[in-house]
Amino acid sequence: MKIPLSWIREFSPIPQDISLENLENAFVNVGFEVEGIDLQGRDLTGPLVVARVESIEELTGNKKAIRYVGLDCGEGSTRFVICGATNFALGDLVVAALPGAVLPGDFAISARETYGKTSNGMICSARELRISEEHSGIIVLPVDCAKVGANAVELLEINDVVVDVAVNPDRGYALSIRGLARELAASLGLKYSDPAQKVNAKEFAINAKGIQVSVEDKTALSIVYIRTISDFNASAATPLWMSRRIEKCGMRSISLAVDITNYVMLELGQPLHAFDATMIDTSLVMRRAGNTKTIKTLDNQERKLDSDDLVVADKSTALALAGVMGGASSEVTDKTTQIALEAARFDPTTIAKSSRRHKLSSEASRRLERGVDPSLAEISSARAIALMIELGGAKYVGSSSSGEPKYAPVVSFDSNFVSKYLGTEVSLAEVEEKLKIVGCDVAKKSATDWEIDPPSWRSDLLLAPDLVEEVARMIGYERIPSTLPTGKIGAGLTPMQYRKRSVADFLAGNGFSEVYNYPFVNPDFVAQLGFVGDRAKSFRLANPMSEEFPDLRTHLLPGLLLTAVRNQGRGAKDIALFEIGSVFRNTEKLEGQSVVGTDRVPDEVTRAKIYKSVPYQPLHVGGLVAGKLGSDGWNGKAPDFTWAEAIGFARSIIESTGNVSTTSSSDFAPWHPGRCAELQVDGKAVAHAGELHPRVIAELGLPERSCAFVVVLSALGFPETKKLKTLITMPAAIQDIALVVDGSVSSSTLEAALRAGAGDLLESITLFDRYDKLGDGKVSLAFTMVFRAPDRTLTAEEVSQYREAAATSAAKACGAVVRA
Amino acid sequence: MTLNVADVTGSVKSALLAIKEAKDLAALKIVKTEHLGDKSVLSKASQALGKMAAEERAEFGKVVGSAKSEVSAAFDAKLSELEIARDQKVLSEERVDVSLPASKFPKGGLHPLTILTNEISDLFIGLGYRVAEGPELEAEWLNFDALNIPADHPARTMQDTFFIEPLDSKLVLRTHTSPVQIRTMLENKPPIYVICPGRTYRADELDATHTPVFSQVEGLVIDRGITMADLKGTLDYFAQSIFGPDVKTRLRPSFFPFTEPSAEVDFFFNGRWIEWGGCGMVNPKVLEVCGIDTSEFSGFAFGMGLERTLMVRHGITDMHDIVEGDIRFTRSFGIGSR
Repeated sequence: MKIPLSWIREFSPIPQDISLENLENAFVNVGFEVEGIDLQGRDLTGPLVVARVESIEELTGNKKAIRYVGLDCGEGSTRFVICGATNFALGDLVVAALPGAVLPGDFAISARETYGKTSNGMICSARELRISEEHSGIIVLPVDCAKVGANAVELLEINDVVVDVAVNPDRGYALSIRGLARELAASLGLKYSDPAQKVNAKEFAINAKGIQVSVEDKTALSIVYIRTISDFNASAATPLWMSRRIEKCGMRSISLAVDITNYVMLELGQPLHAFDATMIDTSLVMRRAGNTKTIKTLDNQERKLDSDDLVVADKSTALALAGVMGGASSEVTDKTTQIALEAARFDPTTIAKSSRRHKLSSEASRRLERGVDPSLAEISSARAIALMIELGGAKYVGSSSSGEPKYAPVVSFDSNFVSKYLGTEVSLAEVEEKLKIVGCDVAKKSATDWEIDPPSWRSDLLLAPDLVEEVARMIGYERIPSTLPTGKIGAGLTPMQYRKRSVADFLAGNGFSEVYNYPFVNPDFVAQLGFVGDRAKSFRLANPMSEEFPDLRTHLLPGLLLTAVRNQGRGAKDIALFEIGSVFRNTEKLEGQSVVGTDRVPDEVTRAKIYKSVPYQPLHVGGLVAGKLGSDGWNGKAPDFTWAEAIGFARSIIESTGNVSTTSSSDFAPWHPGRCAELQVDGKAVAHAGELHPRVIAELGLPERSCAFVVVLSALGFPETKKLKTLITMPAAIQDIALVVDGSVSSSTLEAALRAGAGDLLESITLFDRYDKLGDGKVSLAFTMVFRAPDRTLTAEEVSQYREAAATSAAKACGAVVRA
Repeated sequence: MTLNVADVTGSVKSALLAIKEAKDLAALKIVKTEHLGDKSVLSKASQALGKMAAEERAEFGKVVGSAKSEVSAAFDAKLSELEIARDQKVLSEERVDVSLPASKFPKGGLHPLTILTNEISDLFIGLGYRVAEGPELEAEWLNFDALNIPADHPARTMQDTFFIEPLDSKLVLRTHTSPVQIRTMLENKPPIYVICPGRTYRADELDATHTPVFSQVEGLVIDRGITMADLKGTLDYFAQSIFGPDVKTRLRPSFFPFTEPSAEVDFFFNGRWIEWGGCGMVNPKVLEVCGIDTSEFSGFAFGMGLERTLMVRHGITDMHDIVEGDIRFTRSFGIGSR
């Protein structure tokens, strides 16, 4: 909220010489961020005077209307100026900048020749003086508001400090001069007088005259006042002091009636609405829209009403969307003479819902949905009609009210709690003093057993910690010392957290760069990659950042591929990426969420339901290599990164978790259907790896033979802690064996057959050669087998027996023939 | 032929001369054959000893023995000298230009968000915390309601939330890692000391300082007698560990529905105050929803953005660098450097 310091000073003696830094800190220290401080008038120097229009000569033959205007500036002779505005007439009072004046933006005024005339100054618009955004014409001052030649800088109170203060949602009361003056005064330790207490509301007693009001839905508001006046002069000008304050607060001056309601709202914090009382059929009722389907609001929009919207209605129809915007039919116009003024303490949620439903956030709804002081319905409406009587010549007719103001209950309070909670000693006297400063009444049943009655404007002070915050704000948060809690329950990282770290370290250490992609994907791209079935079942965002990426990822590859493309576009040649992250698959039947209260801890059943409304989100690691892992150098070329390396990385990741995988071929998209491995642990697929589909690669423009792997980290178990046998130190016996098999036999099958036949003393088996030029689709695979016995040196005879047994097993299982 | 002492001394003399004059290892090998080989005078003298009478043998034996050891010692010395010379020559010929670009091992790197997350996790593990994690796609109740942010509360409009279709699924991309705190409190009895790092989402357009997908770290402590001073001390320790021992923090009163009192925490770094995050004492309403006895336990919570922390610490000026996955960015952090 923007507040002029001059207005604040009406209620608290803020020093004239306060520095901007102290001013800002004073707000910040009590919990209000300062978003800006505007030194109005700082870059304006006079002479700026009040002038009367004495003559107007319309100059013709120009592209736009130009006037040559004679002004009485109180100098004894007429001063002539050129003016491009036409919103004034003979006898009007205007603001003239005379030669020598400098307007904001370093705009120096001097006598100059233009349109064939000499212009001896300038008639100013509000924007030229930077006192508002108004630029539709020049400023026309109210009749007889000042003498010609008077200093307009003083008249318009241009020199002022306007502070833009951010108000948190729990402090609705501070969206007012009343509230912010109180806070600033408290922060600076200055006196404060409450503007609400200056209003004599009893002057306008409740009676049966004027428009009467009733409340149909008591959950929607606690109290409403309707006050009626007659004989109002709607065309009377708003006095300068009022319009200038409204402008400084960032609103526009519109008409006397509207200005008064806005002025009182800014001053006290209570939104008010003025109805043309002659447009009201009999009386007013505060009710839900129900069967009333539409309303035409002040902005001339026909709005569809929700049956739950709160409206202010008469006997016939809805006249206003309560607390949000008035209706067009009962709007106050310049012909209005009778006004019914409404002020109510609405239920904040009701207003918030309406405001959101109609996408209408107004100055009124902003205050009402944060909760307004319930005592203000009576006070602010009285203040407003007093101003209408004073400034608009109105006569008081009568007042009606319905409901009772509801205030926050008294809080029982252990006064020692402040020190205990803040961790620093705050004396009881200080606690009492600070609670009183924020407006609380303090009743002491004993030294520490207190009863705190919060002020009318603080419906948020309900619990002891709420009161602690008030005391802490007032003594200053810097009083809180720095200590560390002494308890601890640490248990280090979980096994999954260790796993994530070691996999990331492994990949980064081997040349992969980690990325964090947005999990938003384009469904067409996902389809183009060939994802089908569960892997294509996604969640869709109701409000995506861009319509192009509305879905949550079901797989890491779409993101990795696009990031590789981006890197390539920036000139990278060899790109190795990895990402560890969750994926989202819409494959489970989820528990629907029923409304769960927050007044107590949910029971086991409810808690389980909440948990089951959330889908399982598996953790994947994905790697992509476009080009090589590493770069060619002066001493040789980097090896190609092929399907075999991709599978190797997937297998290493699985092994690093203590799991053992088996490999079989797969035709999983978006991989190459003949060069994709599925890795399984205990019969369950946990990874896919290999070369990517050439079509996918070509469409993205990535290097041929790009490879990728994805491992489902959360699908891998946590094997029990390994138990190791003492290492055998007897010598090893090594046997090589070359076998010829049909090309359809996979090397892993053959290896498994050899292993099965070789016996218990086989220590390791490694493929060291593969030859596929034998013809007839045959391939030769050569393995090295290492044997070792724990208790003796193996003899050549014994070892060759094992080799024979392995060969026999391979022959049986795979039709393998030992190569001569 | 019989050999006498003079023969032996003569042969020693000529052997020493030959050894001395040997120019290289090949020449020395010939000298060895000639003067120490089977057919050399000294070898023959040794052989002759066997046929001598005992008395004569003792005397002549001494002469031959000392002659042999003198020649052998000279030979060994020369051999060593020539070998060193040869090595020096060969190694000098094998000299390379070590300033040539060294063989490059594939260079990868951890994303700095990972490095920072690990660093913060370790820091708090050292203080006795656990690291708690939770789902990114989360129930509205856990993300909002349980945190004292009821539907239609103005606080819900403070955050632009990504909702999932259909809206009655009541699923959101979590707007903070606070639902992890709720899950932790629902599933564990106090004392609770956890740090919750993770990805979070708010519908802000990507620009130099905002990203719709970002990372947070939150801390939660619930124990007996926890005070706001404990919160301040923990934040001091945290800030000093991340930004340096001289860093100061300050708390400013603020508002969050889930804490009371609430504060913004700033730190003083490179000559200015920088907003870091939010914090406060956990609102009793939140504790009660999570089944924690507020007459026995109190607690604090804090949360800050990791991207902002990174940007300040490393002088990163554009958020795009953090989110776009450019390998040059990740590589510059290697596998763990700050």
